[in-house]
Amino acid sequence: MEAIRDGVRRVGLVWTPWHTTGVIAALALAAGLLPFVKMGLMVNGVILGSIIALGAIGLTLIYGILRFANVAHGDYMTMGAYLALFVVGGVLGRVGIEGSGLGPFTFGYPVLIALPLAAAGVVAGAIALDAAVYRRLRERGVNAVVLAMASLGVAIALRGLVQIVWGGGTEQYPRESRQVYHLPMDVRIHPDALFAAATAVVLVVGVYLMLTRTRMGKAMRATADNPDLALVSGIDTQRVIWWTWAIGAALAAVAGVLLAVFQAQLLPIMGWRFLIPLFAAVILGGVGNPYGALVGAMVIGVSSEVSTQWLNPSYKPAVAFAIMIAVLLVRPRGIFGGR
Amino acid sequence: MEIAGIVSYSVGFAVMAGIYAVFALGLNVHWGFTGLFNIGIAGFFALGAYTSALLTTQPPDPALFEEFKFGGNWSQLGFLDLGVDLWFFLGLAAAAAACGVIALAVGFVTLRLRDDYLAMATLGIAETVRLFFLNEEWVANGSKGLYRIPKFLGEWVSPERYDYLYLVVILVVLGALFLAVERAVKSPWGRVLRAIREDETAAEASGKDVFRFKLQAFILGAVIMGIGGALFAHNVRFLSPLTFDPLLATFVIWAMLMVGGSGNNRGAILGAFVVWGIWTGTQFLPGVFSDPNLRFLAIGVLIVAVILVRPGGILGEERRVARPAEGQAAPS
Repeated sequence: MEAIRDGVRRVGLVWTPWHTTGVIAALALAAGLLPFVKMGLMVNGVILGSIIALGAIGLTLIYGILRFANVAHGDYMTMGAYLALFVVGGVLGRVGIEGSGLGPFTFGYPVLIALPLAAAGVVAGAIALDAAVYRRLRERGVNAVVLAMASLGVAIALRGLVQIVWGGGTEQYPRESRQVYHLPMDVRIHPDALFAAATAVVLVVGVYLMLTRTRMGKAMRATADNPDLALVSGIDTQRVIWWTWAIGAALAAVAGVLLAVFQAQLLPIMGWRFLIPLFAAVILGGVGNPYGALVGAMVIGVSSEVSTQWLNPSYKPAVAFAIMIAVLLVRPRGIFGGR
Repeated sequence: MEIAGIVSYSVGFAVMAGIYAVFALGLNVHWGFTGLFNIGIAGFFALGAYTSALLTTQPPDPALFEEFKFGGNWSQLGFLDLGVDLWFFLGLAAAAAACGVIALAVGFVTLRLRDDYLAMATLGIAETVRLFFLNEEWVANGSKGLYRIPKFLGEWVSPERYDYLYLVVILVVLGALFLAVERAVKSPWGRVLRAIREDETAAEASGKDVFRFKLQAFILGAVIMGIGGALFAHNVRFLSPLTFDPLLATFVIWAMLMVGGSGNNRGAILGAFVVWGIWTGTQFLPGVFSDPNLRFLAIGVLIVAVILVRPGGILGEERRVARPAEGQAAPS
């Protein structure tokens, strides 16, 4: 019994005192900083954090179950954003379904239709890549770093593909400018940002329910804990791996679209640049730990936004990197432990 | 193109390929021999290039809109004048030292942890270095870049012949580094590196201080990359943060090492020439085939294909079998 509890704890799907301590510490830190920090930056940070969380949760699941650092994860995000652009402009636009400025948002309902389609496209691509590349390497029993190396090749190829089709410049979803909401304490929040945060919350809750309440979720946790034991207990590990890719890729694709909406632009390098905050969140939370990734994403999101009060905003990735290094110095396995 | 044009083009090509070969050697120390996954070569590249450039360039001239504060002017001071002024090698040494110090700091923090954390750390350094040189105009003129980087022995030959001279310089440095790395990896020290790459736990169990060896290898590789950066700076003689985009400063070098044969120094150099040949050669192809983005895609596919089909690259790693000790019979 103890062993099982320990195993489940390591996969990180049980709330431990460490999680409580971590959250309380984060809240206390936030409260302590409040008098010195613009509230608006904190809010922006939470929104950025929720987008990071979508990417980081998928990344940490892949890390925990397939046991390698998927360097192409950022480019899965880029792919998602550009596939949505293709659906909006190249498919829906051609058949006369157009629109922007839906309600309080800058984008129109075509983006809402494109969102699940883009996610499905990236999921299909991720599973095809697994069958073509990663599965063969796994069967050969290669070292985890070789898998990561292969994912670097995949990342480069995906970005090349995006640039061949769309060129290297910036793109946009069709948009109309919209008023920001003015809230008390001088907080200004864009409706698009609220959309991004709400979508992220829905998906994170969905993943949580999937992991805790379904047979596949249980099988995924078991595989993360001990792949050999999972295999001999009759779990179809290949199916588990495909589900892991599906969840990770779908979350990444949505995160890519949300990032493009939030930043009001698409850029081929957007995903690669986003790798640093993603991995910082994963490492902060402990590899393989989805709760940790969520909390880590919030820490990274808030602190990199808040840093812009004193630093040039373009230093945000460097801030995420510095926090990651600082945490590794104190707690080498991340805030919540992990593998 | 007439013969003279082709010759001068190939000399220019060989200079760049030779510089890339230096990086491939450095990456070979990281990945090929020790299994350290460095995806931020661009960081060491930029650091080495800027260090040597800033130390040797003349002090800034406000009339030329140069906003940086310091130019070491080593190329004019003549304090390593042994008949020939060898300031160039001081620049290389300084670039190497700067990269070594950064590698020591980052390696010290991350090399004790799981091996893939190093990938993130190197990526982080690359991005931080790029942002630093982009935003801090007082250091290296920001996005306007440095454009008065001196030539080594520029007064000896006419500018159109200069590539010939620089090729000799590159080959001398590359040759020296090749011999040094070859010697290092064939020594007992190199044997420990390969043992760590193959099985860290086993190396640890035989009493090797894995962290120390990894740190030394990480520093050695970074030092070589710093030298490569300095060689690049004095060849192109213009540096801006845009020079160090991940494609040409990291990904291409990975492709070179994988294609040539990781774990083999000759392979690393061969790979640099082959991949750089493909890279520059394809721009002469007709129509869509010369699209630079297609080359981008090809680099990625090439890396995956090598891993899947021919993990050893063209040359593969040399098999090194321990020689039987003196006086003992060879195992039958």
